[in-house]
Amino acid sequence: MAGAMGIFVQIVKRDLRVASRQRSDLLNPLIFLLIVVSLFPLGVGPGPDILARIAPGVIWVSALLSAMLGLERMFRDDFRDGALEQMMLLPVSLEVSVLAKIAVHWVMTAVPILVIAPLLALLLNLPMSAWGVLWLTLLLGTPVISAAGAIGVALTVSLNKGGALLSLLLLPLLIPLLIFATAAVEAAVSGLSATGPLALMGAFLVITITLAPFAVKAGLRVSVN
Amino acid sequence: MAAETLENSAPTILLAASDLSSIRGERTLFANLNMTVRTGEVWQIEGPNGAGKSSLLRILTGLLPAQAGDVQFLGQSIRQCRDQYHQAMLFIGHKAGVKPELTAIENLEFYAAVQGQPLQAPPYELLAKVGLVGLEDIPAQGLSAGQQRRIALARLWLTQAPLWILDEPFTALDVAGIALLEARFAEHVATGGAIVLTSHQPISAARFPLQQIALRYQH
Amino acid sequence: MWRWLHPYAKSEATFALNQKILPWFLIPGLLLTAVGLVWGLAYAPPDYQQGESYRIIFVHVPAAIWSMGFYVSMAIAGLIALVWQIRTAELAVLAIAPVGAALTFISLFTGAVWGQPMWGTWWVWDARLTSQLILLFLYLGVMALYVAFEDERAGGKAASILALVGVINIPIIHYSVYWWNTLHQQSTITKVITRFESPSIAPEMLWPLVVNIFAFMGLAAALVIMRLNNELLRREIHRPWAQKVLNSGDKENSNAV
Repeated sequence: MAGAMGIFVQIVKRDLRVASRQRSDLLNPLIFLLIVVSLFPLGVGPGPDILARIAPGVIWVSALLSAMLGLERMFRDDFRDGALEQMMLLPVSLEVSVLAKIAVHWVMTAVPILVIAPLLALLLNLPMSAWGVLWLTLLLGTPVISAAGAIGVALTVSLNKGGALLSLLLLPLLIPLLIFATAAVEAAVSGLSATGPLALMGAFLVITITLAPFAVKAGLRVSVN
Repeated sequence: MAAETLENSAPTILLAASDLSSIRGERTLFANLNMTVRTGEVWQIEGPNGAGKSSLLRILTGLLPAQAGDVQFLGQSIRQCRDQYHQAMLFIGHKAGVKPELTAIENLEFYAAVQGQPLQAPPYELLAKVGLVGLEDIPAQGLSAGQQRRIALARLWLTQAPLWILDEPFTALDVAGIALLEARFAEHVATGGAIVLTSHQPISAARFPLQQIALRYQH
Repeated sequence: MWRWLHPYAKSEATFALNQKILPWFLIPGLLLTAVGLVWGLAYAPPDYQQGESYRIIFVHVPAAIWSMGFYVSMAIAGLIALVWQIRTAELAVLAIAPVGAALTFISLFTGAVWGQPMWGTWWVWDARLTSQLILLFLYLGVMALYVAFEDERAGGKAASILALVGVINIPIIHYSVYWWNTLHQQSTITKVITRFESPSIAPEMLWPLVVNIFAFMGLAAALVIMRLNNELLRREIHRPWAQKVLNSGDKENSNAV
């Protein structure tokens, strides 16, 4: 037997390799994020004060929207080419494989966002003192998007019209994430301690990572049959 | 590993399905179906389109729950011993499970590794045997449907799983490919393996004993 | 053989049981609604601060309470459907969802209408209204997911999973929205509304409110039962028992369909 850890590593390795060969799919949500963020100064005016005020919310809402674009890929291709049913027949609990898929998705979509986060903060005139907290909220929040997103994708993967439906299912569930994240950044902007909301985000992360694989498993069993 | 211990011993019951029923939508595909697959046996499931052949195979793998009845592997319900069962079973369905972005070798390496039998060296000889010479390092999306199918079927030469469940393995294969596959089937059952498959093509029963089970289209 | 027939025997039994309990919800529901609304809208005294406009609570509060209550019961039905693979429970999820969504909408609509004289605007991002709005989104998600599936069984199961995920998230959403609201507090007028749900409410106002709460439960539950029975009949329209019910329904118990 390959063991749970061995299979986890194998899936991560394979999926990273697959993802590295379809780079445009990875780049597009990132460009989308940049464009949406730069639409706001054009929409509400370039006043540095108003931009700084709305920056936490704008960055987080844009990040959520761009995450919705790339999510589908998590299981859709595997569903089409049969790799998903082979994954369900691996000699390991399905939760382990699901965690591997979530981990790969996070690495391929969230890490680029973490890299360009300072650029977004710069564009929206977010005070330098809040950059660190913004970065932390993204670090804690993006795994939640990947894990909760996996539930939505698992439920809709067999449907041909997944896209808009996926956002409809997921965005309401992610509202607490948005609230805690923006509250943390706003606290940092006004010089207060952001520990409280950050701790809540940490709790949210733990809950999601623990429970999501079970829901994903149930969802995949419904979709693949 | 498992195949060696089963070799040359008296036939063991690998897989037993009892009282299986499957309902799709409003239609009963089959009811009270029983089958017992022993080592050394090849079972062919026959029937017209829509009779439930694929559904039966998927129920046997555990991908699809049956409306009623149970599937047992070595005397234990497959729901209780899912991991051992999946270790000992290889399923190739309609969709080959070949990642189009990866090369033939990368695909095969992945499946060998997750089954716990990592490849020591790239399987060039095997790929030559199944007719993929010179295509080893091309991403599978550049290959034809038949060639992609061959990548999936090449797993049959690398696996040590005693039980194979194959949905239409001969589809998109030419005559030479079919002969090659049948030879591999004969070798597998001679060494204590068992196969359950569906096929539209008649299978030349000369190479191995063939059990057949027919599903009818029920209205 | 018996196990295979089991689910079908069951839905017939469920249908019969539903027919039996339906009047116990429908009749008190209708009576209490009539009593509660007349009492609340015509006889209860006007509020010393809000005058007559407070009377909308006799619709708003029961709808708000049961919109949440029905989501929880929908999730419980979903849990039963998933754990014990009971098809009737899947149908119950789908029977509850639109009723719950309607209750949520009623509470949002009456909340907005109430807000107009109170706040001078139709919508404020008050914690209550906001979490009701998110609840409506959750209901819509469950319904949209179900209709997206062609295979009704798969759709029912997927909707059940989503309902369960939602019910785990609801306390978090609720808490975060209240917290968000205190962070961005701009007016204290919401406290006027909260006052009505605290025990300090005058008994002449409390009693009609209690009557309306029960009335809404009876009516909504009756609607759910009727929807469930319709769905049972529709799914098994070709089975003999359904034919029998439909043929007799033409003559006698036409409230079934």
